[in-house]
Formats: sequence, C-alpha cells, structure tokens
Amino acid sequence: MAKTLLATVRPERAGTPVDAAKFGIVQKRLSTWENVWNQAWLRKLLILIALAAIWEIYGRAVNNQLIVPPFSDTIKAFFASIADGELPAKVWTSIKVLSFGYAMGVFLAAVLTTLAITTRFGNDLLETLTAMFNPLPAIALLPLALLWFGLKPFSLAFVLIHSVLWPVALNTHTGFVAVSTTLRMVGKNYGLRGVGYVAKILIPAAFPSILAGLKLGWAFAWRTLIAAELVFGVTTGGGGLGWFIVENKNVLNIPYVFAGLFTVILIGLFVENVIFRTIEQRTIRRWGMAS
Amino acid sequence: MATIAANLPDIGLTKPLLSVSGVTLQYKTRDHEVTATYRVGFEVYPSERYVVLGPSGCGKSTLLKAVGGYLTPTEGSIRLHGAIVKQPGADRMMVFQEFDQLLPWKTVKQNVIFPLLSSGTLRGKAAEERALDYIEKVNLTKFADTYPHTLSGGMKQRVAIARAMAMEPAILLMDEPFAALDALTRRKMQDELLELWDETRFTMIFVTHSIVEAIRVGSRILLLSPHPGQVKAEWNSVERDAPEREKAIGALETRIHEMLFADTVETEIVNG
Repeated sequence: MAKTLLATVRPERAGTPVDAAKFGIVQKRLSTWENVWNQAWLRKLLILIALAAIWEIYGRAVNNQLIVPPFSDTIKAFFASIADGELPAKVWTSIKVLSFGYAMGVFLAAVLTTLAITTRFGNDLLETLTAMFNPLPAIALLPLALLWFGLKPFSLAFVLIHSVLWPVALNTHTGFVAVSTTLRMVGKNYGLRGVGYVAKILIPAAFPSILAGLKLGWAFAWRTLIAAELVFGVTTGGGGLGWFIVENKNVLNIPYVFAGLFTVILIGLFVENVIFRTIEQRTIRRWGMAS
Repeated sequence: MATIAANLPDIGLTKPLLSVSGVTLQYKTRDHEVTATYRVGFEVYPSERYVVLGPSGCGKSTLLKAVGGYLTPTEGSIRLHGAIVKQPGADRMMVFQEFDQLLPWKTVKQNVIFPLLSSGTLRGKAAEERALDYIEKVNLTKFADTYPHTLSGGMKQRVAIARAMAMEPAILLMDEPFAALDALTRRKMQDELLELWDETRFTMIFVTHSIVEAIRVGSRILLLSPHPGQVKAEWNSVERDAPEREKAIGALETRIHEMLFADTVETEIVNG
C-alpha cells in the first residue's frame, strides 16, 4: 500500500466556478401542491374530515340513536342547541369557572416558583409539595372541596387550582433551573436583581418550559372541570358543559350527549391549535428556542 | 519592548484603572475546595489591551469572573478606580465565550439596547442611536432586526462585543470570546477588535489560552502558571507597527511557549 501511495503523486488541479446566473436552477420554488401539503392545518383538517366520515358511516351502519348517533345528527343537535342558547350558556358557565381556576393556579405557581428560586427553603417547599400533590388526581379532592366550600362554583375552582398549580409550578421551576449559567451571568452583569432579574431574564429564558407547563395545566384543568361537573352536577342556577352531558344522558337524548362531547373536543382543539399555537409562534419559534 | 510607551505615552502620569493585588481565589466543588489562583497581582492602565494568558486550568477565567464581581477573593483585593469590586455591574461589561450569551428573545438591536436601558445609562431615542452606532461598528447594520438564532457564531460574538462596547464600560472583560470560532473567523475577529480599539481606545482584559492570539490582540501579556494560577511573567506584546512584525511575533511566541511549558511534561499529563 505504502509503495503505491509513494509512487503516485497526484497532480494539482484548478477549477473554474461558473457564475450562478449561467446555469439553470439554484433555488426552485415548490409547486402549488407541495405548498398546500406543507400547511399543517390543512393536513389536520383532512384527518378530521376523514374521522367525521368514518363516524357518519359507522353511525348509519349501527342505526341506533341510543348507542352511536351519526355525525350528521350530532351536528344537527349541536346547532339546535346553540340556536336555543342552551349550549352557549353552559359553555360560558364552564369557561368562567375554568378561567378563574386557571388564572389562580398560574398565579400561585408563579408565587411558589419565585420563592423557590430566591430562597433555599422555598425550593424545598416546592419540591416537597409537588412531590406530594402532583400525583394526586384533582377529582379525588372534589368530595373534600364540596364538604369545605359547599355546592358553590368555588368548590370546582378549588379542584381546578389543584390540577393547574402543580404541573405549571413544576415545569416553570425546571425551566428556571435549566437557564444557562452564561445567561444568568449576563443578567447579573446588567445589574439586574430580584424581580427584574426574574422577569427580564429567567422567565423569557425558561419560556419553552413555562409554555409546556401552561399547556399541560390547561389540559388537566379542562379534563378535571368536565369530570367534576359530571359528578358535581348543577350548582346555583345553570350548570356547565359536564352537566349538559349528564342531563341529556338522563333523558336519553343521546345526540345531545354527543354534541356536548363534541363541544368539549372543539374547545380543546381551539385552545391547543389557535391560542397556544399563536403564542408559540410569536415567542419561542420566532426566537429559535423551539423547532 | 517599548510597546506600552508607544501606545500610552502618558503612562507615568495616569493611575491604574484596575488594580488586582494578592488575589487568591477558591471555589468549592462537591468534595474539594479548589484553589484557582494564588496571590495574583497586576494592574491595568487606561486603554491597555491586557491579556491574561495561561494553559487550561490556570484559573484565568475564574480570575476574570472575580474582576467581573461574580466571586469574592478569599485573599487580596480587586479595585476599580480605587473602589473595591463587590458585585457584578455594568461598568465591567463581559463578553463570554459561549454563543448563547445573547438573549434569544431579543433582536440584535434589542440585545444591544437592553443593557443601556436596564442599567439606566441611556433611554429612548438616545439608547437606540447608541446601539445602532455600535452595531454599525461591528458591521451588522443589515442584521439589526434579526433574531440571534439566525446568525453565525462569529456574528453572535460581534453582537456581544457591540453590546458590551455600547455601554462604554470602564473596562471590557473578554473571556476567550473567539475560542469557539473557526480559525479563519477567529483571525478576522482579532483584526476587527483591533480596528475597534483604534477607533475608541477602550480598556480591556482579554483572557485566552492561545499564545498567538495573546500576542496579536494584547498590548501587555500576563502569563499564569497552571494549577493554581500564579504570575510567571508580565511582558509587553509586539508592537502593531513593529518592523518585521511576523518575525517578532514568532520569536515572542517561542519565548512564551518556553516559559509556560518549560516546567515539565508532567503538568500536561495531569491536566490532560
């Protein structure tokens, strides 16, 4: 081997790069079809349409309104219920309780995590509390909440706070801890201390984790709320979306039960794909903190 | 070796800007207390390009962080304008080695403005003008409104330099700012830094482990011994307009290399 290598000294060579304008395509625009197919929402919409079609066909095959009403009947019930104002009223009741519980949960999580990163005791407190309460299903607290606060919306809110607080606190704290030493030093270098340091350096730097926590908290809260309403039933005046489902099940109005579930899904999709996605695109995606 | 005299004709008249005397730095790891530097002393005069040079693990970065106010010496003192350095502050802007030192949620311009605003140095229009001025100095005007993640490593470091210089700090602290760059970019950045110095005559401490970089960038070089860092020598660098500069650089490089690595091969193995 060594002999052959020594024997052949390869000559040098020079290339002559051609001006880019002289040869065809360097960058080619994607075709219309490729552009269309690149839209995530369109692909997802297609999945939804396919699912609705399968549902419709299966419902017609079963041909029993009490077991699986077809998609078309569900939609009819959905619009009828919107038209007579019942569904919007129930949704509004649910959303009110939900936003209160969610906001309180996020606020408490912010307080706890701020304590946790500023003091060692706060850190121990947060770690212990999240370890204790995070695995505890919120719905398991409902009997206690009813005992303490009675048949009031606050009982629901209490359970919601519980379901939001721990995942949000845990994620935010993990995010804070993971902020790079360099960024921390940069913040200190600017003379930032205390709240200013948390607000201007830690929160934006940990924003991917915080957002993940908020999403998780939202999913937990929404599920807990519907479940709690199913158990909890009606409070003062009109109940929420969960109650709408129970009520219609009791009178065997199954298309309306499906319409209720459909609404739960719609709201879930809206929050996930419109609200959180918009926040994500304007923040962490734009900043290159998420791909 | 009349470099300093050429760069700073009034050296006899000025007082040192920064004086570090007998500084011992220790930090604790999980199971050891490590002495990073032992009784290191030096002085930096206005408009000096002061380079701290030493092999990996000689505590030079730790020393710079102490000047930055991030850690307190166990012995000795660090004084800036005669006042003891106690905590980090915007009068000692740092440029780090890591590319993630820019705030990813701010554009290039916002990154440069941010310290000006948050330290209360300037506000509103004045802050923006100052920022754009320094962004132009590092040739990034075209990229003022882009986010850092779209920039190359060299560009990010230029933003970090612009950000630090826009504060017009008493002293600029550079912690191996070009170490993570490729050789070509690194060489270019060194030249650009010197051009900036020609314009504004800032004072800086520049930490590096590259002998060539130390000679090219610095006007005065402090050589530290490894583990814990102690002063081995303090020399003047080759003048930038010296005749046969490349040759002089080569000679000084050999001299420094002999001084730093003359000890034994042993330390190399221990550190490696």
